[in-house]
Amino acid sequence: MKLYLEDGTVFEGKSVGASIKSGKQVHGEVVFNTGMVGYPEGFTDPSYAGQILVCTYPLIGNYGVPDLKTLESEKVQIRGLIVSEYCEEYSHANAKMSLGQWLKDSGIPAISGIDTRALTKKLRERGVMLGQMSEGTATKTFNDPNEENLVAAVSPKKKKVYGDGAIKIIALDCGMKENIVRSLARPGVTLIRVPWDYDFTTEKYDALFISNGPGDPTQCTSTINHIQAAMHDSKPILGICLGNQLLALAAGAFTYKLKYGHRAQNQPAIESTTGRCYITSQNHGFAVDTKTLPDGWEEWFSNANDGSNEGIRHKSKPWRSVQFHPEANPGPTDTAWIFDEFLKSLKTV
Amino acid sequence: MTIKPKKILLLGSGGLRIGQAGEFDYSGSQAINAFKEEDIRVVLMNPNIATVQTDEKRADTVYFLPLTEKFAAEVIRKERPDAIALSFGGQTALNLGLSLEKNGVLKKYGVKVLGTPVSTIRDTEDRELFVKRLKQIDVKTARSRATSNVAEAKKAAEEIGYPVMVRSGFALGGEGSGVVRNEKDLVAKLSEVFRNVSQVLVEEYLGGWKEIEYEVVRDRADNCITVCNMENFDPMGIHTGESIVVAPSQTLSNAEYHGLREVAIKTIRHLGIVGECNIQYALHPSNGDYRVIEVNARLSRSSALASKATGYPLAFVAAKLALGYTLPEIKNSITKKTSACFEPALDYVVLKIPRWDLNKFENAAPRIGTEMKSVGEVMAIGRSFEEALQKALRMLNIGAYGLTAQKNDNFRIPDYADEIKNPTTRRVFAIAQALRDGVSVEKIHDMSAIDLWFLHKMQNIITLEHELKRKKLNPTLMRRAKQLGFSDAQLAIIKNTNESAIRILRKKLKVLPVIKQIDTLAGEFPAETNYLYLTYHGTENDVVPGKKQIAVLGSGPYAIGSSVEFDWSSVQALRTLKREGYGTIMINYNPETVSTDYDTSDRLYFEELSLERVLDITDFEKPQGVIVSTGGQIPNNLALKLEKNKIRILGTTPENIDRAEDRHVFSKLLDSLGIDQPDWAELTTLAAALQTAEKLGYPVLVRPSYVLSGAAMAVSMDKTSLVKYLKRAVDISSDHPVVISKFIENAREIEIDGVAKKGGLVVYAITEHVENAGTHSGDATVVLPPQRTYIETIRRAKHIAKGIVKELNITGPFNIQFLAKDNRLQVIECNLRASRSFPFVSKVTGYNFIDIATRAMLGLDVAGNYRTLELDFVAVKSPQFSYGRIKGADPISYVEMASTGEVACFGDTYSEALLKSMMAAGFRLPKKNVLVSLGKEENKVKLLPGIQTLVGMGFKIFATEQTAEFLREKGVKCEKVYKISTAKHPNVSDLLEKGTLDLIINIPTRAFQRESTDGFTIRRKAIDMNIPLLTNRQLADGFITALAEQKGNGLKTKSWEEYR
Repeated sequence: MKLYLEDGTVFEGKSVGASIKSGKQVHGEVVFNTGMVGYPEGFTDPSYAGQILVCTYPLIGNYGVPDLKTLESEKVQIRGLIVSEYCEEYSHANAKMSLGQWLKDSGIPAISGIDTRALTKKLRERGVMLGQMSEGTATKTFNDPNEENLVAAVSPKKKKVYGDGAIKIIALDCGMKENIVRSLARPGVTLIRVPWDYDFTTEKYDALFISNGPGDPTQCTSTINHIQAAMHDSKPILGICLGNQLLALAAGAFTYKLKYGHRAQNQPAIESTTGRCYITSQNHGFAVDTKTLPDGWEEWFSNANDGSNEGIRHKSKPWRSVQFHPEANPGPTDTAWIFDEFLKSLKTV
Repeated sequence: MTIKPKKILLLGSGGLRIGQAGEFDYSGSQAINAFKEEDIRVVLMNPNIATVQTDEKRADTVYFLPLTEKFAAEVIRKERPDAIALSFGGQTALNLGLSLEKNGVLKKYGVKVLGTPVSTIRDTEDRELFVKRLKQIDVKTARSRATSNVAEAKKAAEEIGYPVMVRSGFALGGEGSGVVRNEKDLVAKLSEVFRNVSQVLVEEYLGGWKEIEYEVVRDRADNCITVCNMENFDPMGIHTGESIVVAPSQTLSNAEYHGLREVAIKTIRHLGIVGECNIQYALHPSNGDYRVIEVNARLSRSSALASKATGYPLAFVAAKLALGYTLPEIKNSITKKTSACFEPALDYVVLKIPRWDLNKFENAAPRIGTEMKSVGEVMAIGRSFEEALQKALRMLNIGAYGLTAQKNDNFRIPDYADEIKNPTTRRVFAIAQALRDGVSVEKIHDMSAIDLWFLHKMQNIITLEHELKRKKLNPTLMRRAKQLGFSDAQLAIIKNTNESAIRILRKKLKVLPVIKQIDTLAGEFPAETNYLYLTYHGTENDVVPGKKQIAVLGSGPYAIGSSVEFDWSSVQALRTLKREGYGTIMINYNPETVSTDYDTSDRLYFEELSLERVLDITDFEKPQGVIVSTGGQIPNNLALKLEKNKIRILGTTPENIDRAEDRHVFSKLLDSLGIDQPDWAELTTLAAALQTAEKLGYPVLVRPSYVLSGAAMAVSMDKTSLVKYLKRAVDISSDHPVVISKFIENAREIEIDGVAKKGGLVVYAITEHVENAGTHSGDATVVLPPQRTYIETIRRAKHIAKGIVKELNITGPFNIQFLAKDNRLQVIECNLRASRSFPFVSKVTGYNFIDIATRAMLGLDVAGNYRTLELDFVAVKSPQFSYGRIKGADPISYVEMASTGEVACFGDTYSEALLKSMMAAGFRLPKKNVLVSLGKEENKVKLLPGIQTLVGMGFKIFATEQTAEFLREKGVKCEKVYKISTAKHPNVSDLLEKGTLDLIINIPTRAFQRESTDGFTIRRKAIDMNIPLLTNRQLADGFITALAEQKGNGLKTKSWEEYR
């Protein structure tokens, strides 16, 4: 099986996932992640919708795939997988099946035997590229998933309610990871999980949560409008990842596309008040342009490596969001306190 | 808010020994760099003269002194540092720091402890406190009871339930720990242990759990990261220093990896560590339950490994944090752009395998377990586990070609099941054998509890071996073989051809390795890193060839006979090359070294020192030359092969190196130069050997002609012992000839270390051994300048050296060893490379011999008037032994080397230097009670004046039966004690039990023979009970004389500078 990049480069390796019918191609944006564990959690993160994922860690599949209920969504979200070495013989007490089997069952193609470091360096130098996976040739045009409304594709169609606590939180699901639900749906909370474009403004609620999700945030115009309405009502807001970008857009700031994104479990984010640095899990290709934050807003976190925005907050209103993933899964749990603080603040609402 | 001390006292770790090796040269050196960058004066106290950290222009002041409280207090009184760094010199430095604090020395002189506070160190070192502290935050530890006597231990074991684990507190490398299965064994084990330690832990047994470790860094502002996690191939039950270790972990899920990471950070924050530490876990293989095993609040062997495995300079960062910097304030020195506050992402696999030398000790058990016995380690990098595993096994330099396809029979293990169940040093080869014999991975897992993941990977290698046997080497199969780590030599064995034929074929098939960088973040950011490895899992090189470069081949793993001194030599060569304007390439794979530090060379290839790999690198880099003479025997052995492949070797030509290495050629050469040598012969049959021995006259020295790893030398006193040796140890045959030479008794040994250029002697230093011939030169106490050697002898030795230098047209370093007896000088060995004494002679004489040698090899002018005999002081180098770790080994000096390291001290007199040097190697001066057992008549006669001196100084002498009779006959007052083997009292056992002995002088009855007698029991007890022991007559004599001379004069606390 081959991976074609839009710059003409071709990588060839062994197919270890679902096969692709001859004459067919799987299109996607080729991105890389540097995490060393957590592939089942990562692959089910809806933020990967539309993307062909390159794992920089060379051995993938070591511990198989656990019970799917423990993962981040009900299906594999990546469009394709590129690895250096796929582990045929997995070993783990919790494994239910092999990674290869899971990918085959999910219809997701995967290629093993690729110089993923060479590929990663190419993506780093040129920026993320469009790509196609195919058993044969590539088509002339490369489809850009960012032109699709990926959020609409991964967002649920119906509202779902968790718990029956006094505090009612609307969670805008733009591709929300399950561990966010696990992190927020605590005793005393009613979590109302709604589709990305759901108009919640007429409902009774105490706070708004804006989830992570795939693609370009500017595609989500109706979501941005709804967030602005919540802001008008001075409702407490917490955003994560895409939620950070949507909150920034709702506040009047701008977002831009990073050259090759942050997809890793080792991103250092510095909290602006304390100067404390947290190791965070990340998966995003777009970012908030801090310089464009309107009056009343400030940067909450910044990336210690490249200075990019890692979170924003309002100076007087209870609005804040982070670019990284405090819910982890995969990745470090250092910033789980963000949920604690958010929920604690609501008790005093 | 940083803390800016004006002067820091840095404590080193002393001589290399089991459990504490060269890794602390790396950490101390990085700390010095980090402190000097801040313009802080650094005072270093470390008697390990072979280290890079004790070099000139590193620390401001260096003290080559014993790491004892008394000397440290003196240094503090004299130097008045305002801060002290305890975490860069292993357990030795930590323990010394703790006692300085406890006894008020630090407070008295206002010395602040940098980094982790002393109270935190105590919390991590005292097991009871440790368990209590972790309980406060609900972090689980193994159920455990601290006990201070045997009765308490029995009670605790009953409560926890057998089997239990016993561990002694305050011990490096798990000394005195082990699994105990019943009360009887518990009592037997602990009666010994409680003599040396005041506290023993009895703990829940966690055999079969996974063993996982995290390296954690925390700053004063509470930023806390884990730099690396590692997983042991060998589950709990094998000391982590004895385990094969892989980084990052391979079989952990996200929940396990990050769950343990979270516990690590929580624990380290709670304890309040500032700087670097590691935390070890046991992880249940199926239910995810965990126990924290321990926290080491200092740089450790694991942190050196983690540092090299990730590229993250842990020791440097720890030093900055100790000064009060926070992590975000420090830059990642690999990328120079990103922050040090991040966690490295690896895009490769790292594997560490310990290197053991247990076969050097006749009675030592080859089993491995909860006590550390390994003397060094290797680290291999690959992009698959199989690739890293086979690389690492070759790197061990024990004759293995990889996991399988071996050339020699040492790795055939018919009784593999036993060695898999009861692990030995070669368990990995036993598993290979089992797999070859068709045993399933499940069955091996049941026997060993090793995770199936690792076993499947090993199975992959064996399966491919079968396939290789059957199929033709096409490009696909060749690539697959290389990706699974098969070397060209292994393929040659499988295909019944030679290595170079495989290389030619492989190049024709275009199956070539690629060069990848280690950049700490898996390619996410551009990095100008020089840290490289080769892999067959790739299509693209990360670098382009450098310009005007010279490569230095490193020394490989620390082992008995090859220690930090060769790393020192390689580092000096790199420095000189750099100063002379060359780009430098270092090839080495020992993670415990300074040579593999990111800032030591322009390009570091963390790679095998094999012909294949060096050629891969030189094919790519095309260096102007390669230096093989600073890294000891491993690179030396490559010289001729490299030259045959058109690689330019700098210095003495490989042909001439070979002339010195080939016993026949070298012997003829000496004859032609009229230089005397002991008679010798090479023989292939038992009859011929016995005949020759008869002709030469016993005793004879006998050894295998081709020394494979571990093959022993021996002195045979008579026919019986020679027959025994030839039958048992070497299996004489035409394939395995032996060399027999006349062993000259009561001869003294002297050595010349020197540098030559184009056959002319440039500089030399002559040293003498305290012990007579028969003690391996690596185990000898060495004196510079010589004290007892006649000027005439020195002149003649120099003359001989000049002759050899000229004949072999030497350019670069060399070492010649001589026997001296009755005005007769015989050459016994000649090496055209740096020897282990090069750092010693360089630092004592003040001339850096390697710098001179390197410049000579570059063709630069090195002429000068080097004065090395007329010194105003004396320096003595002492061996550092690790007998405490090698259970069952006889601690006597012998023709086979047994020491694991060395130390050296200076003195105004020979006596002062000798006493200090011995103390630096762990010897304690006696106060009152001395037990003597002198063996044969000659020893008794020669040591009589010494014993009289001891009595005169007020020592109380106890003597074994015959020695007591002899002494009484000569009018020496002494108390007679009976042998251990008699039922009479008082016997030696009674005396030992009382624990009042300060010194045991036990000279073996039969010199140079290992024996199982009363004498052995006494010596072994002395080691196990940590009583100072002297077993060599000359050293005992020298020691007593020195003690008498020195009495009342005191041992001076003078820095290196003050002697020069």
